[in-house]
Amino acid sequence: MQAMAGAPAADTLISANAVDYLIIALYFVFVLGIGVMARRAVSDSIDFFLSGRSLPAWVTGLAFISANLGAVEIMGMSANGAELGISTVHYFWVGAIPAMLFLGVVMMPFYYGSKVRSVPEFMFRRFGTGAHLVNALSFALAQLLIAGVNLYLLGSIVHALLGWPLWVALLVAAAIVLSYITLGGLSAAIYNEVLQFFVIVAALLPLTLIGLHRVGGYQGLRDKITEFAGSAPASAAVPPADQQLQSWPGEALSGFTSPFWSVVGIVFGLGFVLSFGYWTTNFVEVQRAMASNSISAARKTPIIGSFPKMFVPFIVILPGMIAAVLVKEIGELKAGGTPPGGASGEGVKYNDSLLLLMRDVLPNGLLGVAIAGLLAAFMAGMAANISAFNTVFSYDLWQRYIRKDHSDDYYLRIGRLATVGATVIAIFTAIVASSFSNVMDYLQTLFGFFNAPLFATFILGMFWKRMTPTAGWVGLSAGTLSAVVVAFLSKDAFGSVSRGVIPLEGQGAAFVAASAAFVVDIVLSVVVSLVTQPKPVSELRGLVYSETPRKDLVDPMEHRLPWYRRTLPLAGISLVLVTILNFLF
Amino acid sequence: MSQHEIDAPAPDAARSGRHTAGAFDIRNFIGALLGLYGVILTLMGLLGDKALDKTGGVNANLYAGIGLLVVSAVFIVWARLKPIVVPDDVEPVQDDPTRPAPKRRPGSH
Repeated sequence: MQAMAGAPAADTLISANAVDYLIIALYFVFVLGIGVMARRAVSDSIDFFLSGRSLPAWVTGLAFISANLGAVEIMGMSANGAELGISTVHYFWVGAIPAMLFLGVVMMPFYYGSKVRSVPEFMFRRFGTGAHLVNALSFALAQLLIAGVNLYLLGSIVHALLGWPLWVALLVAAAIVLSYITLGGLSAAIYNEVLQFFVIVAALLPLTLIGLHRVGGYQGLRDKITEFAGSAPASAAVPPADQQLQSWPGEALSGFTSPFWSVVGIVFGLGFVLSFGYWTTNFVEVQRAMASNSISAARKTPIIGSFPKMFVPFIVILPGMIAAVLVKEIGELKAGGTPPGGASGEGVKYNDSLLLLMRDVLPNGLLGVAIAGLLAAFMAGMAANISAFNTVFSYDLWQRYIRKDHSDDYYLRIGRLATVGATVIAIFTAIVASSFSNVMDYLQTLFGFFNAPLFATFILGMFWKRMTPTAGWVGLSAGTLSAVVVAFLSKDAFGSVSRGVIPLEGQGAAFVAASAAFVVDIVLSVVVSLVTQPKPVSELRGLVYSETPRKDLVDPMEHRLPWYRRTLPLAGISLVLVTILNFLF
Repeated sequence: MSQHEIDAPAPDAARSGRHTAGAFDIRNFIGALLGLYGVILTLMGLLGDKALDKTGGVNANLYAGIGLLVVSAVFIVWARLKPIVVPDDVEPVQDDPTRPAPKRRPGSH
C-alpha cells in the first residue's frame, strides 16, 4: 500500500501482497493439476490431438471463447475502449457473433462429419496438395508467431506487475504452458481454457462494477466522457462524445469520415470478410469444436460460445472507457499528453488502461484475482496457439509429407516434441518481439491476410462441386497477395513501408485489404475452375453440399433433445439477442 | 457413424452402473478454485484492509467473496446432480484411405 503514493517511481506498477501471491499460486496449482489429471486420459494420438472427441458442448463452447480471449484481445480491446469508446463492440457483435453462428449452422457439419482432424486436412481432401500446403504452412507459422507475441505480453505484464525480470517471467510462463500441454494434450488445454474463462470473469467483473460505482454508474460514465470530449484540446483528436457513446455508425473505429461508408466498411469488411475468414476457418477455434462428442455438440460449440462472447465487451471495453475518465495517466494520454511510466517503462500507452484501473480501484485480494485472471488469459491464448500448432505440424506436415506410415504412438511422440519445439521458438519470438515490437505488429497484420481469402475458398468449395483443385491454391495465393498489395499501397498498414497511394489508414485499410482478397479469390477461383479439371464427384461426399446425403450433416438423435438444446433454435436466440444489443448501444 | 451420444447423460444412464468422470470433472475443479478464492476474499473483506478509498466505499472483497462462494456451490451441486458418464466404449476413428495411414494399436480404447 505504501508504494501506492509514489506509483510512477515505484518498481512495480501494482503492489501485490502475500494474499495476492497466494491467490496467484493457487491458480497455478490448479492449472498443473488439470494437466496431470488429463494425462491419465491420454492413450493415443486422437486423445492427445482431438481430446478423443469426447467433450460436452458447454465445455468446448467456453473453450472456443477462451482460446480467443487472450492477451491481444483483453489488453487490445480495453485499449480500444479507452481510445475510441463503445464502437469497439463491433469487434464482438458484428465481427464475431454472425460468423460463429454461421460456422455452427452451415460449416461445422462438413468439418465434423468428414472426420478430418484439422482444417488444413479438409483443404487437402477437397483441393489436394497445393491448397493444403499453402494453408498448413501459413497457419503453422502464424501460430508460432502469435504464441510468441502472447508470451511476450505475458512476460511484460508479469514484469510490470510483480517486478520479475522479463526473461524469468518468459521462462516460467513457457514452462507452465509446456508442462500442461505435453502432459494432457488438447484435453488439458481445453479444460484449462474453461477454468481460465471463469477466473477471467471473476477478475474483470468486479473491476468493471467497482469502476462503474466510482464514476457514478453508466450515466455518470456517459456524462464524464461527454465532458472530457468537450474539453479536450483539438490537437488530441479525441472522437466526439456521440461517437464514443454510440456504436453506429462507428466512424471512430473504421477511420472513414462518411457515416455511410463507415457502416458499409464495418458490415462488409469487418463483419463479413475479416470475421468469417477468422472464425470459420481458423483451426485454433475449429479444433475446440472438433473435440466435442457428437456432430450436434460440434455445431453447438460456437453457438453456445456466442452467448458469453456477446457479453465479454461489457467486462473488457467498459473498463477501458472507465479508465479513460478515472485513471489520471490515461486521461492525460487521451488529452494529447505523454505521461511517463506504464508497463513498458517508456511512457503510458492505451494498452495499460486495464492495469492502471486495477491499481486505482482494487483492494488487495481482488487484486490477486485480477492478476491471476490476466495471467490466465495470456496462457489461454498461448496454449491454444500451441495445441493447434502441434496438431497441424504432426498430422498435416510431418505425417503427410515427411514420415508417412508410422505407428500412432510415433505421432503422439512427435506431437509432444512439436509442443516442446513450439514453446522454445515462442520464447525466441518473444525475445525478438521485446526489441522489435513494430515488426511483430506488421507480421501479425500480414498473417491476418492469410485468413481473408480462406473463407472465400472454403465456402465456394463447399457449395460448388465444379470448383477444381487448381482453383483452390490459385485463389488462395492470389487472394492473399492482393491483400498484401492493398496494405502496401495504403497509408500505414505496414508502417513506413506502406506507400500511401490509396488514402486509407487504420482499420479502414485492413477492411479494404481483406475485401480485396475475398473478391479476387472468388473471381479467380471461378475463372480457373471453368478451364481446369474438377475432382470426380465420387470423391466429394462429405465435402460438398450437393454430394453429401443430408443424414451425414445432421445428428439423427438431435430431435430427442428439448428445443433449447437444439442447434437451430439456439442460433436463433443468439441472433435475436445480438440484434437487440446493437439497437441498445 | 454410430457415435451419437447425446451431449449430456440422460438421468437413467447414471443409474445403469456406467462409471462417472468423478474427480476429473472440470466442474469440480472450477467449483474448488472459485470456492477457495471466495473464502480468501471473504476473509479479506472481514479482516483485511478494505481500501475503501479505492473502491468508493464498498467492501468489494466481501461482496466478491460471497459471490464466488455462491458460484462455486452452483458448480459443485451441478456436478453432483448430473455427473458425466464415461461411455463404455468410444468408436475408434476409422482409417481413411486418403491420408497416410495412422496405424492404430489393436485394443486401444
